[in-house]
Formats: sequence, structure tokens, C-alpha cells
Amino acid sequence: MIEIKNLHKSYPMGKESLHVLKGLNLKIEEGEFVSIMGSSGSGKSTLLNIVGLLDVHDEGDYILNGELIENLNEKKAAVLRNKFLGFVFQSFNLINYKTALENVSLPLYYAGVGRKERQETAMEYLEKVGLGAWANHLPSELSGGQKQRVAIARALVTQPKVILADEPTGALDSTTTDSVMDLLKEINNEGMTVFVITHEEEVAEQSKRIVRLKDGVIISDEKVNQKVKA
Amino acid sequence: MIKFLFDRDTWQEIYSSIRKNKLRTGITIIGVMWGIFLLVVLLGAARGVGNKFDTIFGDFATNSVFIWGQQTSMPFKGFQEGKQLRLKRADVGKIEAEIKGIEYILPRNITNSLVVNETKTLTTGVFGDYPLLDLLQKKHMVFGRFINENDIVYKKKVCVIENETYKQLFDKGVNPLGTYLTINEVSYQIVGLYKNQMRMGGPQGGIHIPFTTFQQVYNQADNIGWLMVTASEGFDIRQMEEDIKLMLRNIHSVHPEDERAFGSFNMGDQISKVTGFLTGMQFLTWFVGIATLIAGVFAIGNILLITVKERTNEIGIRRALGAKPAEIRRQIILESIFLTTIAGTLGIIFGGLVLMLINAAVGQGDEATLVNPTVDIPVILIAFATLVVLGTLIGLIPAQRAVSIRPIEALREE
Ligand SMILES: Nc1ncnc2c1ncn2[C@@H]1O[C@H](COP(=O)(O)OP(=O)(O)O)[C@@H](O)[C@H]1O
Ligand SMILES: [Mg+2]
Repeated sequence: MIEIKNLHKSYPMGKESLHVLKGLNLKIEEGEFVSIMGSSGSGKSTLLNIVGLLDVHDEGDYILNGELIENLNEKKAAVLRNKFLGFVFQSFNLINYKTALENVSLPLYYAGVGRKERQETAMEYLEKVGLGAWANHLPSELSGGQKQRVAIARALVTQPKVILADEPTGALDSTTTDSVMDLLKEINNEGMTVFVITHEEEVAEQSKRIVRLKDGVIISDEKVNQKVKA
Repeated sequence: MIKFLFDRDTWQEIYSSIRKNKLRTGITIIGVMWGIFLLVVLLGAARGVGNKFDTIFGDFATNSVFIWGQQTSMPFKGFQEGKQLRLKRADVGKIEAEIKGIEYILPRNITNSLVVNETKTLTTGVFGDYPLLDLLQKKHMVFGRFINENDIVYKKKVCVIENETYKQLFDKGVNPLGTYLTINEVSYQIVGLYKNQMRMGGPQGGIHIPFTTFQQVYNQADNIGWLMVTASEGFDIRQMEEDIKLMLRNIHSVHPEDERAFGSFNMGDQISKVTGFLTGMQFLTWFVGIATLIAGVFAIGNILLITVKERTNEIGIRRALGAKPAEIRRQIILESIFLTTIAGTLGIIFGGLVLMLINAAVGQGDEATLVNPTVDIPVILIAFATLVVLGTLIGLIPAQRAVSIRPIEALREE
């Protein structure tokens, strides 16, 4: 599904450059639930942004769904993001003047789906995350947990191959964190590949595989014994 | 693209983004509206003034010159300087025969006379005229007719009076036709009353009697007060003026270089000064209008740029969700076209209304300062199209900025 070979990324900092990712190798199969752990500044977001085609890598190979990503123009990237990737952000990133339903249906609009079908599908996914009754509410009228559920519904609505979540629970309290993680687990159980960034052990332990990042290199990569938690 | 234009979502996007920024939208619309409004009103007013001058000049033969005799300023052929010169009836035929390109040549006479109507008296100019005058300086008859051939041939004691003169000699509402005026003890029957649009082009107003009657009553023999000459199409009236004067100096035994012996007044010169002024005014109008328009369009571009900066995060979200750069770009461009179109339409409507008001206020009747203040539809359409095209180009700048940054940078911006 996702394959990364010897991936490098640096940010230019004036005349110097900050080497953030130093030769990562990672392979994620379809249906996996992977979490990336690491302290702040270890390059987690950088990795996720490259995987999410929101940023470009400097060196190495990235293969998404069997396709080598190189010389990607923004138009092609937009199509791939729409088709294969669903994003969940720490700060929700909902559009504040659109209702929950409109937010969820937006990716379908860019996928070229007709208005009626868009509304129906979006409603279906809102109900799936338990917010059918909130369809016509603006983000400002929703709690943090509810916003993140709307964001998850929006990530799912185009039936992508992977859900990419950058600290999805970072702005939530522990109860809502659990409910959001339960939702992600449920999605994963239905077969969706989920790729989560977190720096919280409790969150990572709910995934099936934990990859630890430190100073731009992977220091461990192990399966989680889920029975422990259960 | 067509599908995009008729998509409800497209317009919903534009509506919500415009509604979100009410103040900026308002300022933008007012800016552009003001520009096109000014253009319409200024052009319309300039046209109105131009039309007014046209109607005035329309009554006059503009390619005409007046020539009269003065005093010599040089001794010649035994005559001392200071000899009084008078044009003669015979001069007319000679000039006509000699000078090429004369359309009309018209002798006129004038004298100040005491005019009496019952108890009212007035000293005013009394003209001896031919019917031709009506052709060269249109007389707008209110009642009756102007002098005709019959009057000339039979030296009739008839007169035509001008409205201002009429007002001073008659009580309001009295029909003067058929009544008699006593001019220098001689009685004349009034056969016509006319109204002047504007007093220009030599002495006017007063009372007109047949040229031949004038000659007889005032004992003028063959004397002529002055000559009015018009040039045919394609002939230079100024050259003609010089030629006629030179010829007259020859006929009247005046030194050929005696510039002051005969006086003249060229209407064409005077009118070209006014039309030059009008052209200048029109140019200024265009300049002001277009400058205002351009300023308005730049205001829109600027405002869109601010909007885009504020919406960078939103654009980042949209791109993460799969919006192609072209989709973002056309959204922003359409927004600017939409704003300019709305503003332009409003400007044209308000401009048209103001022109209608101006027309109603000062554009009616003979005393109107403006006549038919209008703007050509093609002119407006061109201005409008320019506005929309500029709006599009200006919209491209923020649109380009919105898609040129990487989505992750856009998302990071709060
Ligand atoms: N656009 C950028 N320009 C320069 N430096 C950046 C940029 N984005 C991230 N960095 C730096 O790269 C390092 C890794 O950042 P990030 O991937 O966000 O870490 P994490 O998500 O693990 O906290 C940090 O030191 C951060 O300051
Ligand atoms: Mg991060």
C-alpha cells in the first residue's frame, strides 16, 4: 500500500539546511493500523505530509498504491489525494462557514460527484460517526470531539485507501480521545488502512503496529499485543 | 467550464465568500460602481453640452464671414487716409463673379430707429433683409412668416419682429400679427414673430423689414451695411475672406495693403474655438472616467488579494481534499468577475438614472443647458467589457498566489 525506501527530507534554513528525515524505510500493507511515535520535532509530521502528498521528499523512493511518486504536478497530486487519501488533522481543519454536512461532502464535490448523491453519501458517513442529527450545524456549534468526528467522516467519504491522521487526539480530552480512537479502530476493522501520528503511549497502544522515530531515523518498529489492552 | 458556471455549488461558494466579507465586498462594489457611474454621467453630460452647441450652431451657417466698410488707414491714389468706405450694391455682383466657391452672398443693412406701438416706444436696431437670411441664420417663427420675395419686389411696408423686441412693445399674450408698428414715423404691418436660440453672429434681434423697403425709406441708395458670405463645401472661408477684402480694396481704390479699410468677422474661427473646447472636455471626461475605473479594478484586485491571504488556510484544506489548482483559480477569478459585473451594472443603472434626472431638470425647452444627454450603448459595452477583462486579470494575481504555495504551507497558516 505504502512503501518508503531510503527517504530523506531537509528544510532549508537560510544558508544551512535542517536534515529532518534521514533515510527512512517503511512498508505498510493494506488494512494495517500503524502509529508513528516520537517526541516533538522528531519529524513525524514531515513524514506524514510526504506520505499525504502535501509536501515533497528530497531523496529516496515513495510508492503509493503501486505507483512511484516522482515529478508529481499539483494537479495530479490533487487527484491522488482525493482518490487515495483521507486526512484528519489535530486542529480539525473544518471550513468554518460550512455546515457539518457541507464539510463532509466537499471532497465528493472535488471528485466530481453529483449534488444529490453527494448529499446522500455525506449524510451516510455523518450517521456512521454518530452525528446525523448535527448535519446542519456549523463547526462552531460542535464540541472538539464532534468536530474530529466530522473530520473523520470527511476523510472517509471518498472511500480512500488510507486515512492519515496527524495527532487526531492532540486537542481532545481523554474521554473524547477514547471515542475518537474507537472510531478509528472500527474503521480499521472494516478494512481501512489507518496511519496515525501521536506522541501519547495510550493512543499508540490502541493501534496494531508502532513505529518509533527519533532524530529522523526509525529506532523501532513492532506489532502491538492488542490483548494486553483489552 | 460551462458546467462549472451553471453549477449551483460554484455560486454558493461565491455567495458564502462574499457574504463572509461584507465590508470588503461593499467597498469593492462601491469603488467600481463609482468609476463606471462617473464615466456614464460625465460622457452623457459632455454629449448633452455638445448637442446643445450643435443645435445652436445648426441655426447658423458656420462657414460664413461678415464684411463691412471702415475707414482707410493709408493714403492711396490721391485720397487722404481716413476716407469713410461703404459697401455698394454693385460690389455684390462683382464679388460673385470673381471669387470662386461662394455659396451665398447676402447684403444687410441696419439702423437704429424709434419704434412705437400705441403707448410703448423702444429704440432698437431695424434691419433691411432678404429672405435668404432665414437660410443662413435660421429664424424660428412663432407666428407668421419671414420676409419673402414679394415683399422685396414690391417694397412692402411689412416687418418681422424678434421675441425680445415683441415683449418690450406688447402686453403679454397679445397676438401681434396684422397689427402695425410705427418705425421712424412710417407704419409697418407685422407679418411674423420669431424666437432666437442664441444671440450670436453679428447684430441680431430687433426688427426686420424688406431690404428694398429699407433702401427707400432710409434713403440708402446703393449702400450696404455689411455683407454676409458663406463658402461652398470644400472652400476655405478664411482664404475667401482675404480674397474678398483684397478685391474690395481694389474696387474702392484703397491701398492693397490697407488691412483696416474693410472689417470682417469669421464665424468659423469662433466656432472652432468652441468645438475645440468641447473636444478637450470630452477627452478629459474619458480620462477621468477611465482613471476612476482602473482605480476601482485595482481596488478589487487588492481586496481579493487580502481575501486570499485570509483564506489561505481554507485553500490549503480544499487542496488537501483534492481541489485542483485550476479549480481554486477559477473560483477566485469568477468571484472577481462577479463583483465587477454587479458593480458595473449598478454603476450603469445609477448613471443612467442621473442622466435622466439631469435631462428632466435642465434638458428641457429652449433654455436647456443640455440637450439629450446620452451615452452610446457600444461605448458602455466596451467600458463594461474592459472592466470585466481587467477584473479577470486582476483576479488572476491573488488566484495565482493561492495555488503557487505548497498545500502544507497553506495549511500551516492560521
Ligand atoms: N516548513 C518547515 N521549514 C523549516 N523547518 C521545518 C518545517 N516544518 C518542520 N520543520 C522542522 O522540522 C523538524 C520536524 O518537524 P515535524 O515533522 O513537524 O516534527 P513533529 O511532527 O514530529 O513534531 C522540526 O525541527 C521543525 O522545526
Ligand atoms: Mg507534528
